[in-house]
Amino acid sequence: MSGTTPDWVLWEESLRNGAHWSGVVRRGTTLRILALEVGANVSATFFNCEQPLERYNMADTLKAQHTAFLTKGHVCYSDMGRVLCSITEDTGGWNDTLCGVSNAGLVANKYGVSSFQKDRNAYYKNGEDSLLIELGKHGMGTRDLASTVNFFSKVKVDESGGLQFINGNTRINDYVDLRFEMHTLVVVSTCQHPLDSGPAYRPRAVHLTAWRSGPAPRNDLCRNLCEENQRGFYNTEVLYR
Amino acid sequence: MSIIESSLEAGSASTNTTLPAGEPWLGLIKAGQVMRIVDLEGNQAVDTLFYNAMDSAERYSANDTIRSQGNIYLTAGSKLISNCGNTLMTIVADTCGRHDTLGGACSAESNSVRYALNKRDMHSCRDSFLSALASNTYGLSKRDLSSNINFFMNVPVTPEGELQFADGISAAGRYVEMRAEMDVVVLISNCPQLNNPCNAYNPTPVQLLVWS
Repeated sequence: MSGTTPDWVLWEESLRNGAHWSGVVRRGTTLRILALEVGANVSATFFNCEQPLERYNMADTLKAQHTAFLTKGHVCYSDMGRVLCSITEDTGGWNDTLCGVSNAGLVANKYGVSSFQKDRNAYYKNGEDSLLIELGKHGMGTRDLASTVNFFSKVKVDESGGLQFINGNTRINDYVDLRFEMHTLVVVSTCQHPLDSGPAYRPRAVHLTAWRSGPAPRNDLCRNLCEENQRGFYNTEVLYR
Repeated sequence: MSIIESSLEAGSASTNTTLPAGEPWLGLIKAGQVMRIVDLEGNQAVDTLFYNAMDSAERYSANDTIRSQGNIYLTAGSKLISNCGNTLMTIVADTCGRHDTLGGACSAESNSVRYALNKRDMHSCRDSFLSALASNTYGLSKRDLSSNINFFMNVPVTPEGELQFADGISAAGRYVEMRAEMDVVVLISNCPQLNNPCNAYNPTPVQLLVWS
């Protein structure tokens, strides 16, 4: 922690150089993801840390809330009908759920070949290998890696289903606040979005800050976004009674 | 949307089976073999997953598939891409025109969220998947259930990002046909969902054909 950390912060961490990270964030804790540079991307996925077979489910998240992207008011559902976390603030307005993460082949094709031997800690990382390293720390692997939320990144779908990456959706100091409704293992890569149209390998830095916020109150925006979310919060709260 | 018909005759298929609504199917399709799914009565969602038969940790990836083709809808010409970046299957014929891979499979738990808490006891695709996997020889389990394809299902996304469950665009007799690019384990749930228009509120049988 830095010497200037305010008292209300549980912990904070900066992720640079395309870093990957994982950690447990408990029910009632809010995690802020802050973009320190234009064009940041944070690919994240979530597991019930007490039973990791329960995990973020893209389809259940999208169809419960009738949306193909996530922003303030939306929640991330597990495959068990429960809410892992809620998006309580989102200054960018769009977080991609559809496009997954980069892999070694994609990064080599777009940006060229890199290695630690040659480039030291500036070597090119990719989203898939980064998330697999973090999953490995928790006894998980390829079979456990499914969809991610790509925070800060915007990909639109046109009338014919075509994907369009929107450049520069993230501004400096944009942030997303995730309030956790379950004890959750959070797994993160800060590699570029796989459709990032920039020619250069250039992952952007982000800053994580966690604080005690308490779980969703009765009049919460996310809980009351739709009747589906009210039932999702009920299913979640039953687990912690 | 591209409508591409097949030249294969049903009479020459080595497998020809009817799968009732609410039933799963687990089978091996060898490299080069062609599988056809026929929507016998129309607007029947067929929830389907694919695995590399040699290493089932390699599986169909909805995210990699749509990113690779730059489009969320599947149709003739779509390559079904694995989490390792390889092509599992290629859709070679399609008389429906468009298939979904965002809507996922229904489950008891998601039904409780989407419709009502007391819908939990209704039959679901993920129950069918788990039933088929209860004694499988491929080592597959709940860990391996990720986002599937819903053949014949219509889930449009608007430019504003809204995801809809719309009335189907399929009809009786329409089919989708795919060629295996490696030995592939196929896991199907013929969807029993009664709460939305994905099966026109009336789940019906489909036909599975395989040519060697």
